[in-house]
Amino acid sequence: MSDANSQPHNVERDMLATFGPPGFAHKFLVIGLALVVAWALVAYVHQLRIGLSATAMSDYFSWGVYIVNFVFYIGISMAGSLISAMLRLSNAHWRHPISRLAEAITVFSLLVAGPMILIDMGRPDRFLHVIRYGRLQSPILWDVLSLTSYLTGSFLYLYVPMIPDLAILRDAPGLSPWRKKLYRALAMRWTGAPVQHRQLDRAVAVMAIVILPVAVSIHTVTAWLFGMTLRPGWHSTIIGPDFVIGALYSGVAAVITAIVLFRYYLRLQAHIPVDHLRKLAKLMLVFGLAYAYFVINEHVGAAYTGEGAERPLLEKMITGNYSIQFWAMIFIGLVLPLLMLVTPMGRSIAGITVAAIFVNIGMWLKRYIIVIPTLASPFMPAREGAHLVYVPTWVEWSITAGGFAAFILMFILFSKVFPIISIWEVDQTKWPRPVETLADPGAAAGVLA
Amino acid sequence: MRMLPRTQDMDTNRRQFLRHSLTVLGAAAAGEIACRASRAAANNDVPSGPAVPALTPDHQVVDARTGAPMPESPDSARQGVPGRRWIMVIDLAKCDGCGSCIRACGKMHFIPPDRQWIKVLRMQESEKTAPYFFPQPCYHCDNPPCTKVCPVDATFKRSDGVVLIDNERCIGCRFCMAACPYGARSFNWGPPQNPPEAVAKGYSPEHGFPRRIGTVEKCDFCPDMAAMGMLPPCVGECPMGATYYGDENEDAVTNSQGETQRLSQLLLDRSGYRQMEELGTKPRVYYLPPKNRMYAPPTMPAKD
Repeated sequence: MSDANSQPHNVERDMLATFGPPGFAHKFLVIGLALVVAWALVAYVHQLRIGLSATAMSDYFSWGVYIVNFVFYIGISMAGSLISAMLRLSNAHWRHPISRLAEAITVFSLLVAGPMILIDMGRPDRFLHVIRYGRLQSPILWDVLSLTSYLTGSFLYLYVPMIPDLAILRDAPGLSPWRKKLYRALAMRWTGAPVQHRQLDRAVAVMAIVILPVAVSIHTVTAWLFGMTLRPGWHSTIIGPDFVIGALYSGVAAVITAIVLFRYYLRLQAHIPVDHLRKLAKLMLVFGLAYAYFVINEHVGAAYTGEGAERPLLEKMITGNYSIQFWAMIFIGLVLPLLMLVTPMGRSIAGITVAAIFVNIGMWLKRYIIVIPTLASPFMPAREGAHLVYVPTWVEWSITAGGFAAFILMFILFSKVFPIISIWEVDQTKWPRPVETLADPGAAAGVLA
Repeated sequence: MRMLPRTQDMDTNRRQFLRHSLTVLGAAAAGEIACRASRAAANNDVPSGPAVPALTPDHQVVDARTGAPMPESPDSARQGVPGRRWIMVIDLAKCDGCGSCIRACGKMHFIPPDRQWIKVLRMQESEKTAPYFFPQPCYHCDNPPCTKVCPVDATFKRSDGVVLIDNERCIGCRFCMAACPYGARSFNWGPPQNPPEAVAKGYSPEHGFPRRIGTVEKCDFCPDMAAMGMLPPCVGECPMGATYYGDENEDAVTNSQGETQRLSQLLLDRSGYRQMEELGTKPRVYYLPPKNRMYAPPTMPAKD
């Protein structure tokens, strides 16, 4: 059981404290991140002027790091569904203090992933053609539908369980008028009445079940952007589940990283105990082992049979042009973090944090290894004079950095306006659930926590 | 910004589209009423209902009820030449890799030097097998992986077998390029240089220029020339007569030497095959194996 409920600290007071006037370090961080985002915008305007020739992409490397980033952020977006839905359905109460953080990761990562596709488009001005002339037979339409559903669902999942907190903030003394106004509007006349709790519980229970297939669909459909082509390395039966497991792995790593950063940044050590990080680390270990199993399955067939199209691709990764990225992915993304997590020393906060950061880096490299080497392995020999090298340009790196900075920035700004830890769910002594709700069998009590 | 000139057009287009649709609906209703009225009045044999297309022996499509030519569709570039199934045969025994096809195609389609709609690759299946020159246009597959994945129907398959791209609709996602296993497609990564002649001719998916930034292009099989009974330049200007072009329905293909062959007999006699049949793409371009060649085989570039 969680020890969050018995902690002596007042979560409401601590959450209100995070809204306080920003310190020097905070201002410095926000301005720094904003500058990186602004620089990415400059790079994008440059790309709008001269087209995608601002990138290192070519007719052979027709996709590049924008697509790598897209797949990476889609992967991270699994965080919210994992914590909010899977742990809710499995009645894991310890998720309470971290579920909002996880759901925010989902929303913000999707908000970065979507624009990556727009940035990758040759004609962003024709984006609405996807609606006007949309063909449901195209996996791109599947991805658009899945992403918008997942974003809508995740946004609701972030907002709806926050309503009681917004009411607490609405009623809290000493907040500035704009905050009062905002919280009053968003709290939607929440009073904490039994009937409201029942409605909220029902809504959240339904969402927990609905969001899971949507989450599985978005990772599968993103995999199918590759799987529905005839390319070696992409056209594989394992690519759908591979993306789902990879997303779980990279999602839990993102949650751990965010938790550690916010624990220190907002001084929330008391509300998110080390025990929680250990539990998440165990999840990461399990997903990591599962993912290692998938990675082995991905390559062992090609290595053993030496099949025509697959073998040269594998050689490029193991000894060729992409060996550095490939082995870095294997060691930083799988071997090192998994070894760390099975040793007692590696399960300290520092060890878990380093392992999670390694997994994040490794999973970005894994996305790179999925996208780029296949494009370097066309079926037909390259025509004379064509060079099969892809080194991203400053524009692509700037936009990649800008996406990352925007992701962090959204988080920091969010934490300054909304409580990053669920007040009413964590401090149930101060805000107990009405007795009626717990006694009511109609509230799907088994699913709820 | 140069990238975004069409946003306003799009709004106007949508409005125009709605307005035109309403006009057409109105006109159709009025036409129907007028038609019924005249039939009732005269009771003569003016046919009613939609036209019935029929193919005449000289490849004209006419309305079967009246014998008059079928009305031209506004989307004719998407329809294909009725009754035709354009096809190509490349005789690898005759290709000596001179590159005339690349130059002829490039001249006709104003192709920039960084891309080729028809490539001449040096192929060698394995170390000890014979190297050969391999002209490769777009295969205009009958099971095209490229048109399947297009989110906006910008690339499409026509009834005459041709796969084309509408660069006024292409959104530049490049999914078709990832999907094409043959690497037949090129992208306008930067602002294209369109010569005045290209601009003057006006855009049609049937010839692919003037180019637009951020859109995909590829070999178009020259259906506009074929419809006029002319060979595509890559076929017509091959000094070896290595490429044949024709109509599958007529079972005949012709090369630059004026030799017209029965397609089925040619493929039978010369063991014709299609590139990477195992992918299931069903290309419309057939190859004749390089047997009994009249020239020295190519030297292969060093492997990296």
